[in-house]
Amino acid sequence: MSIKRFYAVLKARNYEFIRDKSALGWNFLFPIFIVAGFAFAFSDSNIDVYKVGVYGESSQAADDSHPFFNTRHINFVAVDNLEKAIVKVERHQLDMLFDLEQRRYWINNQSPSGYILERVLSGSPPHSGDTPKAGPAASMHSQLQDHLQFQKTQVSGEEIRYIDWLLPGVLAMNIMFSALFGVGYVIVRYRKNGVLKRLKATPLSAGEFLCAQVISRLGLVMSITIIVFIGTSLLLDIPMYGSYLNLFLIFVLGSISMISVGLLIAARTASEEFAGGILNLLSWPMMFLSGVWFSLEGIHPWLQKLALIFPLTHLINGARAIMLDGAGFVDIIPYLATLTFMSALLLAIGAYTFRWQ
Amino acid sequence: MNPVMEVKSLVKQFGNFTAVNGIDLILHGGVCLGLLGPNGAGKTTTIEILEGIAKPTSGSVLFNGQPMGKAFKDTAGIMFQSTALQEFITVRETLELFARLYPKSAPIPQLVEKCALSDFMDRDTRRLSGGQRQRLLLAIALINDPSILFLDEPTTGLDPQSRRNFWELIQDIKQQNKTVLLTTHYMEEAYVLCDEIAIMDHGEIIARGTPKQLLAQHFNSMILQLPATGVDTGKLSASIQFLQRNNEIEIESRDINATLQVLLAHNINLEHLKIRSHTLDDLFLKLTGHELRA
Repeated sequence: MSIKRFYAVLKARNYEFIRDKSALGWNFLFPIFIVAGFAFAFSDSNIDVYKVGVYGESSQAADDSHPFFNTRHINFVAVDNLEKAIVKVERHQLDMLFDLEQRRYWINNQSPSGYILERVLSGSPPHSGDTPKAGPAASMHSQLQDHLQFQKTQVSGEEIRYIDWLLPGVLAMNIMFSALFGVGYVIVRYRKNGVLKRLKATPLSAGEFLCAQVISRLGLVMSITIIVFIGTSLLLDIPMYGSYLNLFLIFVLGSISMISVGLLIAARTASEEFAGGILNLLSWPMMFLSGVWFSLEGIHPWLQKLALIFPLTHLINGARAIMLDGAGFVDIIPYLATLTFMSALLLAIGAYTFRWQ
Repeated sequence: MNPVMEVKSLVKQFGNFTAVNGIDLILHGGVCLGLLGPNGAGKTTTIEILEGIAKPTSGSVLFNGQPMGKAFKDTAGIMFQSTALQEFITVRETLELFARLYPKSAPIPQLVEKCALSDFMDRDTRRLSGGQRQRLLLAIALINDPSILFLDEPTTGLDPQSRRNFWELIQDIKQQNKTVLLTTHYMEEAYVLCDEIAIMDHGEIIARGTPKQLLAQHFNSMILQLPATGVDTGKLSASIQFLQRNNEIEIESRDINATLQVLLAHNINLEHLKIRSHTLDDLFLKLTGHELRA
């Protein structure tokens, strides 16, 4: 390993990235646009959870007609066409519909929201289907009916907004795209247009070349991630419950593992189209199954297990554990170990299978 | 002269296709050898094996009497047929990049002067003209002060001025006693630059020698050229063999006087008659045929 050769390639690659304004701009702006967009979309802290249509009389009259109409987090919408409003209930576009003149309401039997709203309307009486007829279950049910068995205890704490939860995912996703396309696609292009062939004719070794690519991209990806993290944290007041050092560590290891995936894909192919297809085939499922946009808790257990093969999953879970749950170094060791193992394995295979032409 | 490079029974196959079919070649120190041949003859495959870029299917290549090892790259300069350079870096940075890849490098200011790069040293490599680009690629090939230089069709695509300018650069390099292996489609280029030429076809070397030796070996005649206008080619063909190209008749003759007598006998006007020697173009076509190659 010659440091002189490694540094020469590293420097040239960095120049190329920094001077390619379009690529540089995109790498910075893409995560900022996404975070800003979601911040704007979810900026209303008083989000209504349910939507109820009200037909007839004024809203003030509705408020006075039943305490239900003063329930918070329900958006009461005045409707002037009852038939159309009923269709909306059928289509789950309205969770419930009231006709104040006829003192009637509609819910959709298949709508969970409608079910919950009806329970709120009636003060949570036991559901007929839920009531046990006899036996220990009936006894337990009877006990549960006794409200005095439950003592209300209030807790307080800062809300974890969706945007707080989203930021680690968006940063990790940007790392993924930058690593996969910035390394994988670029190496394939180098191979196709003969840059690699020219370098092969020099004493430069494959290891020196690949190390330079990894370090160059790692430095650039981490610089961008840090700048975007600081910018969005200040702009959107993102909370941080853990250690910045741990967060840096998990992003470094996550970036190396993603770059390793890019190197592996680019190890042999000389077709940009083929490489682009493979990169998309890999990046899109990874983006959706690794929990960038939504929690994986509700998805099928098989998909949850499948998501564990992606380094992005471990990067995002680790980053969220640090940022939102305040996880310490010991807590994130499983994530760090998994990312280290994945990086080592992928880098070894990528270097072994790499060809210049 | 000591052989710098010895090639024995070199074979390269791609599946069922044999690109190089058992060639033997000796390259002497300080000599410029031209490897000529039609498209698909196996020139580039051969030169890439000699450069150490491709591996032969069988056969051996010795450099200074030894199998080519890693140290070969330190002493070889290579200019590929088509090479993209890393983008968004300048000519100066490109030279510095390649200089750092070798244990020792030639002084960059000397290379800049020799290859006439000084006018565009700070220009992005994407914005170079064809001639500037080829001069930069030559400078990169010379950056490790190589003892052996491989030039694969270095002037393809250049205009006549740039080509002649490039020839001067290579002539200058030859003065430094470097060994050069050159492939080209331009016979004039081979004639001007090469001390020896080897003509390849179908993966084999079919002729080898100095240009003058080869011409003397394959031709002992002259060529008479006449405008075809006013010539009764039907009658003339009964008396003499000739080749008609466009609006011109070419007659190959070992006895100029006798041929002129025949032409005068046919009352052909000799006012525009031209007599010339055979060229490498003629030799090339004679040895490799006139059919188009893919």
